[in-house]
Amino acid sequence: MKCRKCGGSAVLELRRHNVAFCAPDFLEFFRRQVNEAVRRYRMFTRDESLLVAVSGGKDSLALWDVLLEEGYSTTGLYLDLGIFDYSRESRAKCEAFAAGRGAPLRIVSVEQEVGAAIPEVRAATRRPTCSACGLSKRYLMNKAALEHGFPVVATGHNLDDEAATLFGSVLHWQTEPLARQSPALPSTHPKLVRRVKPLYRLSELETAAYAFLRGIDYIVEECPFAKGATSLLHKEILNRLEDASPGAKHNFLFGFLEKGRPAFEQASPVELNECARCGQVTTGTLCGFCKLADQVKRSR
Amino acid sequence: MKVILRHPKREMELAGRRRVKDLLNELDILPGTVLVIRGSELLTIDAVVGEEDVIELRPVISGGGA
Repeated sequence: MKCRKCGGSAVLELRRHNVAFCAPDFLEFFRRQVNEAVRRYRMFTRDESLLVAVSGGKDSLALWDVLLEEGYSTTGLYLDLGIFDYSRESRAKCEAFAAGRGAPLRIVSVEQEVGAAIPEVRAATRRPTCSACGLSKRYLMNKAALEHGFPVVATGHNLDDEAATLFGSVLHWQTEPLARQSPALPSTHPKLVRRVKPLYRLSELETAAYAFLRGIDYIVEECPFAKGATSLLHKEILNRLEDASPGAKHNFLFGFLEKGRPAFEQASPVELNECARCGQVTTGTLCGFCKLADQVKRSR
Repeated sequence: MKVILRHPKREMELAGRRRVKDLLNELDILPGTVLVIRGSELLTIDAVVGEEDVIELRPVISGGGA
């Protein structure tokens, strides 16, 4: 297979774009897609300091790498979930990445913040593990950004993540998540920082290929609690569709962002309050994170 | 050839030359869901792999995130 751009030997075929690229031209394509995402959604400017949430996986480290290469001022944020060897290894990957590039990395322990590490949180709540973990991560990312003066948090969500989330929301017609799903969530409250997903235009295959070709040492193993997660089932279904009809995931997500989301956004206004206990933003009286911490305390 | 699979990590031996596309098909793996790695290079589905090759099929799907 030949590179569409230079005619050299290709390393990756992108069926949804009907192209194949050699390594240098693929890396250029990747950077262009990130820059286009940042421009299209006005995610951040070159004057702003970015907090990049990193897990040690391919997506977040690829994101941090490309932002560093593009010259942005970035600090990594690693949330230590306390998930046995998985967390120890993923933390080590983030620390090695940061040290190798001379980039600052902040580490926050979920155990210290919630009162228990994720395995104990899992046992204490009836929520699916990924849901409790995701809630904790979103809360702690926002808190860390506020405390350290970052106006924006960037996460490594890719096209497949976003398409799977959309698929799950559509299956249940969850109008509030549909209204909120976007590559860039603006700050709608003084205590809520902007959240952006600069990889939303790139598939998992592409972020994995970028990480490999850039020599990024990322954790390949899966989180032990992700097994059986609904989002993985949704990805599997979408991957079968994609195989039969290249571009299906792209069209599903991009069509929604262009045509579907505006309607949900108008129909689902939300009132934001400050949590009675911690002061962070919530739609109720007590935020989800404080409720989770209460559940953990009660279970002891 | 030696084929390295993940989740869980395991290895298998296969005899004969074949295209990557046929290898994936035999193992019931969709092409867009793995990186096909030989040493320091990525292979496209039309590449031919032979007896002496060590091929890693590295899943690209990460999940569970909420």
